[in-house]
Amino acid sequence: MVQADSHSQFLLRRLHTLAGVVPVGLFLLEHLFTNSMATNGAAAFNSAAATIESIPFLHFIEFFFIFVPLIYHGVYGLYVAFTSGYNSGQFPWWRNVMFILQRLTGIITFVFIIFHLWTTRFSGKAPTFEMVHQLVSNPAYFWFMLIGTVAATFHFSNGIWSFCVHWGITVGQRAQRVMSYVTMILFIVLAGVGVDALIAFTHTAS
Amino acid sequence: MTEVATQQGRSTTEQVLENGQQKFVHLRIQRQDGPDAQAYMQEFAVPYTPGMNVISCLMEIRTNPVDKNGRPVTPVVWEMNCLEEVCGICTMVINGKPRQACTSLVDKLEQPIDIKPMRTFPVIRDLMVDRGRMFDALKRVKAWIPIDGTYNLGPGPRMPEKDRQWAYELSRCFTCGACVEACPNVNDRTSFIGPFALSQARLFNEHPTGMMNRADRLDALMGEGGIHECGNAQNCVEVCPKGIPLTTSIAAMNRQVTYHAMGAWLKK
Ligand code: HEM
Ligand code: SF4
Ligand code: FES
Repeated sequence: MVQADSHSQFLLRRLHTLAGVVPVGLFLLEHLFTNSMATNGAAAFNSAAATIESIPFLHFIEFFFIFVPLIYHGVYGLYVAFTSGYNSGQFPWWRNVMFILQRLTGIITFVFIIFHLWTTRFSGKAPTFEMVHQLVSNPAYFWFMLIGTVAATFHFSNGIWSFCVHWGITVGQRAQRVMSYVTMILFIVLAGVGVDALIAFTHTAS
Repeated sequence: MTEVATQQGRSTTEQVLENGQQKFVHLRIQRQDGPDAQAYMQEFAVPYTPGMNVISCLMEIRTNPVDKNGRPVTPVVWEMNCLEEVCGICTMVINGKPRQACTSLVDKLEQPIDIKPMRTFPVIRDLMVDRGRMFDALKRVKAWIPIDGTYNLGPGPRMPEKDRQWAYELSRCFTCGACVEACPNVNDRTSFIGPFALSQARLFNEHPTGMMNRADRLDALMGEGGIHECGNAQNCVEVCPKGIPLTTSIAAMNRQVTYHAMGAWLKK
């Protein structure tokens, strides 16, 4: 049907913005929360990790509620970033700069997630404090993690702003402006939580 | 300031001289001899008169088509009609921003004044572009109210004054194309119809009679090049000469489309 087909772009795009918040964004929040357990010491983190390990149907949940939506959002996001134009040289306004940063941090996050998964989830090692400690003891890895964490939290926070416009939640100019402040504060908080956890992992266990 | 010699042999500077000598306006204009021709820059120095705008500079060039060095050139081609910012045809990129040449006052512009055609549209010649795609977009979203029939339909329903006030703001769009030019998501890789069309769909969806075709417009907005192509860079609202709240219109239509899409699906 011509009609149904012509709406498919719309549906794919709406799925992309939805996936960014639910479930990928929710997972990001959960992930930051678990990691910040490291600030309470190795034992606290290891027990939080063990709790997650004990979730029933973990592999099923991980695959359908994290990997599939993440791959969809990431790959489609690369396509969106490629088809967008970039004209902040000519129009250097705040939202236009944020538009570009949203795409840039998306690409950084994409590269970051692949390397991050490869060195942790798919490294064959158990997800313990010690494993992460080994990784972040390498300064290059630490800085890579730091950039990735800041990029991902920015992308998520500014993405919430964009989500609220895409779904018609913040309509008026004032609502959108207030949401700008709220999401930037969210970014600072989330980036702080993430970096704080990273630093905690650099301390030796016990 | 550099010295310029005009064809008349007068030697003066581009800027103001106190002693009553002729002042000149310095322009850098992007030329293009035809739709597929290579673009090139040309510089001009036209005699200044108080209250000049970009159109009157172009008219000076037409009167005396010589470049800054006095060499004869073909006159610059552009379009104009109303000369009071209501027809939109004279929109061009002036000092980096899309705006109307007829309301771009020389006294308020930094010189040399840099003038280019809106590259988002096919260039016909020099500063003349084909904005036909905007008309196509308006047709796509049915930006009108169908009242033609075989008998008198009588007066339509009244519109609440509160809504009329903001709807009037939207109705001031004159299809000038500035928002389309500034939008990063209107490019060769997308088919986005442009911010103004989304705002016009909102205008006609709000009208009590136009509301009868609401679903058609929302379907069009969900179609190819529709509202989902907007990435919220919000340049449109910055460049619109009429101050139309385009980003509010877009968010409002996002909301209408969301309800429409979910409603349509749940009713099936
Ligand atoms: C940590 C993982 C990620 C999270 C939590 C996330 C979250 C989000 C959110 C919430 C949005 C806003 C949706 C909207 O605009 O309505 C968004 C948009 C976007 N994301 Fe992601 N994202 C992630 C990874 C990625 C990756 C890997 C890419 C790949 C480049 C990417 C590319 C994009 C793009 C281009 C947009 C803008 C969409 C638009 O404005 O139309 N994202 N993301
Ligand atoms: S919305 Fe504003 S910038 Fe866009 S075409 Fe209409 S008048 Fe021009
Ligand atoms: S000539 Fe009509 S808007 Fe400039």
